[in-house]
Amino acid sequence: MSEPLVIIGNGMAAAKLVEKLSARALGRYAVAVIGEEPQLAYNRVLLSSVLANDVAQGDVELKPKRWWRDRGVTVLYGHAATSVDRGIRRVKLASGATIPYSKLVFATGSRPIVLPIPGRDLAGVMTFRDLRDVEMLKQAGAKACNAVVIGGGLLGLEAAYGLAKAGAKVTVIHLMDRLMERQLDAEAAAMLKAQVEAKGIEVLLSAETAQFVGDRHVTRVDLKDGRSIPADIVVMAAGIAPNVALARTAGVSINRGIVVDAQMQTDISGIYAIGECAEYNGRCVGLVEPAYEQASVLADNLSGADAAYVGSIPATNLKVTGVNVFSAGDFLGAPGTEQIYLRDRGLGVYKKLVIANDKLVGAVLFGDTADGLWYLDLIRSGVSTDRFRNELAFGRALAERSNNLDMAA
Amino acid sequence: MNALSNDPPVVRTTCPYCGVGCGVLASPDGQGGAMISGDPDHPSNFGRLCSKGSALDETLGLDKRLLYPMVRQPNGKMARTDWSTALDKVSDGLRTIIAREGPDAVAFYLSGQLLTEDYYIANKLMKGFIGTANVDTNSRLCMSSSVAGHKRAFGADTVPGVYADLDQADLIVLVGSNAAWCHPVLFQRIMANKRERGAKLVVIDPRRTMTAQEADLFLPIAPGMDSVLFAGLLAYLADTHTIDFGYIAAHTVDFEAALERCRSLAPDIAQISKTTGIDAADIIRFYELFAGTPNAVTCYSQGVNQSAQGTDKVNAIINCHLATGRIGKAGMGPFSLTGQPNAMGGREVGGLANQLAAHMGFSPLDVDRVRRFWNAPRMAEREGHKAVQMFDAINRGEIKALWVMATNPAVSLPNAGLVRDALRKLELLIVSENVLVNDTVMTGAHILLPAAAWGEKSGTVTNSERRISRQRAFLPLPGEAKPDWWIIAQAAKRLGYGKAFNYETAADIFREHAALSAYENDGSRDFDIGAYADIDSADFDTMTPFQWPRAAGRAPGETRFFASGDFFTADGKARFVAPETPALHFAADAEFSFTLNTGRVRDQWHTMTRTGLSPRLASHLPEPFVEVHPDDAREHHLVDHGFARVTTRYGSCVLKVHVTDNQRRGSLFAPIHWHGTNASSACIGELVNPATDPLSGQPESKATPASIQRVDYRFAGFVLSRRDLTLPEGTWWVKAAADGGEGILLASNEGIRFWEEWMHSITSDATVSSDFLDEPRGIYRAAIFKDGKLDFCLFVGPASQRPEWNAAKAVLAAGTLEEQQRRALLSGQSADGMADHGPIVCACFGVGLKLIRNAIATGEATDVASVGKALRAGTNCGSCQPELKRIIAHEQHERAAHAV
Repeated sequence: MSEPLVIIGNGMAAAKLVEKLSARALGRYAVAVIGEEPQLAYNRVLLSSVLANDVAQGDVELKPKRWWRDRGVTVLYGHAATSVDRGIRRVKLASGATIPYSKLVFATGSRPIVLPIPGRDLAGVMTFRDLRDVEMLKQAGAKACNAVVIGGGLLGLEAAYGLAKAGAKVTVIHLMDRLMERQLDAEAAAMLKAQVEAKGIEVLLSAETAQFVGDRHVTRVDLKDGRSIPADIVVMAAGIAPNVALARTAGVSINRGIVVDAQMQTDISGIYAIGECAEYNGRCVGLVEPAYEQASVLADNLSGADAAYVGSIPATNLKVTGVNVFSAGDFLGAPGTEQIYLRDRGLGVYKKLVIANDKLVGAVLFGDTADGLWYLDLIRSGVSTDRFRNELAFGRALAERSNNLDMAA
Repeated sequence: MNALSNDPPVVRTTCPYCGVGCGVLASPDGQGGAMISGDPDHPSNFGRLCSKGSALDETLGLDKRLLYPMVRQPNGKMARTDWSTALDKVSDGLRTIIAREGPDAVAFYLSGQLLTEDYYIANKLMKGFIGTANVDTNSRLCMSSSVAGHKRAFGADTVPGVYADLDQADLIVLVGSNAAWCHPVLFQRIMANKRERGAKLVVIDPRRTMTAQEADLFLPIAPGMDSVLFAGLLAYLADTHTIDFGYIAAHTVDFEAALERCRSLAPDIAQISKTTGIDAADIIRFYELFAGTPNAVTCYSQGVNQSAQGTDKVNAIINCHLATGRIGKAGMGPFSLTGQPNAMGGREVGGLANQLAAHMGFSPLDVDRVRRFWNAPRMAEREGHKAVQMFDAINRGEIKALWVMATNPAVSLPNAGLVRDALRKLELLIVSENVLVNDTVMTGAHILLPAAAWGEKSGTVTNSERRISRQRAFLPLPGEAKPDWWIIAQAAKRLGYGKAFNYETAADIFREHAALSAYENDGSRDFDIGAYADIDSADFDTMTPFQWPRAAGRAPGETRFFASGDFFTADGKARFVAPETPALHFAADAEFSFTLNTGRVRDQWHTMTRTGLSPRLASHLPEPFVEVHPDDAREHHLVDHGFARVTTRYGSCVLKVHVTDNQRRGSLFAPIHWHGTNASSACIGELVNPATDPLSGQPESKATPASIQRVDYRFAGFVLSRRDLTLPEGTWWVKAAADGGEGILLASNEGIRFWEEWMHSITSDATVSSDFLDEPRGIYRAAIFKDGKLDFCLFVGPASQRPEWNAAKAVLAAGTLEEQQRRALLSGQSADGMADHGPIVCACFGVGLKLIRNAIATGEATDVASVGKALRAGTNCGSCQPELKRIIAHEQHERAAHAV
């Protein structure tokens, strides 16, 4: 008899866990996936592409229904789990039904932070997290309205890009003095700003929102410096918070996220957490790459192998508004580190490499990220770059050729 | 021949470089360029060309050319004018000064690069019509000691032998000649003889040159001591009874006196060894070899000539050949190798201040004969100022007007700093030039006259073996450039001598020159080409190379002189000359403890006006350098490839240091090619002492007391640029030709911040296209791209790791760039052979567009899933899947379209 494994959350981490688990121990578990959203797991990374009409909504589905069925997975989508009774090892759904588990995985993800700004309850003030948000934004954008995005991080810029493509006149309001400050240094951020602005999006930096104004429906955003920006919709993209409410009912230890060990297990045996809701080593991560790593580690452990998650070097490797951006490690360069820069303004390329004691410890790439993974390998492996420092910024192929090395990690 | 045509003929002409005089075939491409190859039918080279000659095709561009007359304006700036105005200014200026101060207040400074016809009428105008012999030429710096030595021994400036002697000799002695680099085609002939006939090669030189490295016996002689070695040889020949008593008795005088002097100069081998610094055993080997090898040729070049006792050295050598009767016979004789393409032609027309014309001098008989031939109103009746003295006279204010043609005295004369000062004092400085800017022009020339360059001008030149060949035009005259003879004739007409200068073609002048050579000659003068006095213009056009003498009625053929005497002295006998005790004019002392020797490098010629245009030639030795012996380097803390300041009493230069044991201790060697237009601090002429040989007036360019101090630069780098630019003050730099633009190697103490600022300062729109900065390691590189091409780049780094520039040069030459070439540029490495995967599509796995396209093209991938299988692309976060879909659709559409 298969052991009942319940996964709460039907996102990318959950799908990856099922994929890995079924490859390693098909049949060992009777898997049930409980998802609040009314559809199968989809690729959240593509939300902005859906918003921008680059991708059809139907194309974001991670796996077709048959894929889940072939693996014997019960997918309960459109069902919110309301509590966990760990005494009787059951998950209670909003419908009142309960699902028994032997092992339980939280893959509940995160939700947008709603800033405590006056007027946040006005109609038209929304977030950008799921397909339902996308649908609403699309409708608003199609009316060529004024849209204000609060937050110049990755998510905010993606929303702004999608809205602009959908036809809205978009203004991004960012509290910090540069965009994506958690991934980019000032120069890369300035290049990104120029790119964003070239797409018709206005960017206001060092701008703090005072209030949303409107009668029932938002009509403008007031800034603390006195400026007002007309707004038919406002998207709050000022960060995310792990979804931990349900886990709290299970009584597991919670800090910012659900605290897990290297095996992705919470402080209660048989209960695990992966993805954005999990906190490992004091850190929650909001990117797909570490979530996948965690899913893989957990799949190994659940199938009887020994695997440990060692944490991820914070690395971002993605496209922002159509531009390749890569960032990893100590990309700002702490005191005592050395920096190498390579720029090509004509090609829109910027590379900054941070070196400490001859080892690569951080990198920012803008425009040309071809060697991002190589840099990440170098950061992770900590090999000395002394021999090929002169070629380092020019990429792996050149470094390998001129040093007659095979630096495959 | 100047007209462009769609199918231009191959034109036979003669190389414009050294005195070997190689035949060249030029096939114009109709676009201002030409294919160049050696003329297999030319008897000087039989189809061979050296590196310089082979690269002539790279020197034909009109970049930097002076293309129209220019006149200095009252505001000090040069401005374009027309020929008529410019020539009026020339003639008015000369006339005014002559009227006020007499004819000796004007002078011409000519060049071994002029054609014989140009030379002839310049000389005629000055010596016959203006009435001064203040005409001298850069050949003074090259072979005037040989001229003086020949005249002392033979009674005429006669080169007795022919090149074929080098094929037939069993012993070839090269004295002061780096023929491997300076006369490469002749040297190859010598090497072929060595290889095929077993001829022995002896090289006598203070330096172990490339030539010396090929020698059977190398005698590293102390600077200036050649006449002691040959004095000793004469004594040895006498002692061993190798001398030809019959020849001496029948055809020479003064043997005993000369031998006596030689014995006192070279009393025994030990003394000779001490004076010359050559190992005694090697001296004996040389003497035995010479004594035992009747077929011996002794070639000498600048190491002999450029000396305060150059004439004595020449005679010390000639003495040995006269004493053995080894002269004028196949495979034997003394042989002067001239440095310039037409030094010999200049000697024939009297281009030197101490010659008249057609190998005549200033005897009353000669002066009268030439006066009658020219119908000259105002013959110069005494010798004029030789080059160094001429510029002294200018400096003293005695000469007020100077016309410089085809040469750059501000660089090439000794004590060049003083020469520049002198030039600035002139009331009228006229310069006939090919180039818009050179150091002489920069001293403040008043009138610039655009002269035809090689490939555009037409006339004759004479090589070292008395062979007259045609230089023919194969390119149209660019802009308003004119042949030198035309320019001089126009000035002469304006001065009122129209009747005597009424030439329409170079052939007219050649005929007159030939006629003068035969005029009242009857065998009394060596130079006689009377057979050509009536050559018609069509025959002149097709004239094949010939050797003089060619008196009227005499059959053509290879000609040697003096096998049976018949010298050109009054009594028909050759003179043995007793050489003076040799000493360098200025000895090294405590302050200037080195002796500075000067010379050339393989791939450059003179001041690089032409060779400097060739990227190929620039790659051999692009930097001005000084060679130092390792022990001297150690003592003075000099490092190989570092820098040093070489100082003499006349000036100083900062040069790259080459440490080599080919250099003798206590001696420094620096090549002469660089100057203010192509390097920051490398004009060797500024260092050279102005002492001259008392007879020939040739400067002692190869022995100036000098000191050397290490100079350090913290940073080194280079610039490649499509445009001309000036580097910041205080930078050490040298320019070198590069395909597509110009290269500059630099060294500096300024760090990367300085260069960053400079980079921005030269960029008008303040956008540096790309840069690379590794500040902790002191590396800064930046580039500007325009229209898809590299426009400019700067590489600066620590002096210890100077960036290599070949890859960047290839990028400059490439023209429109591939993106990958552009991306790799600042690495200083070539992008060739680098895998280019194209822009990244899948960020998670770093999969590029080209890889994906390739997978689709091969059919390996047909949809997103199979792309993922093949390349992993899109299998992680999946965010690139929409793009993958688009790429697949696009590629399949393209393929379908192609299939249709």
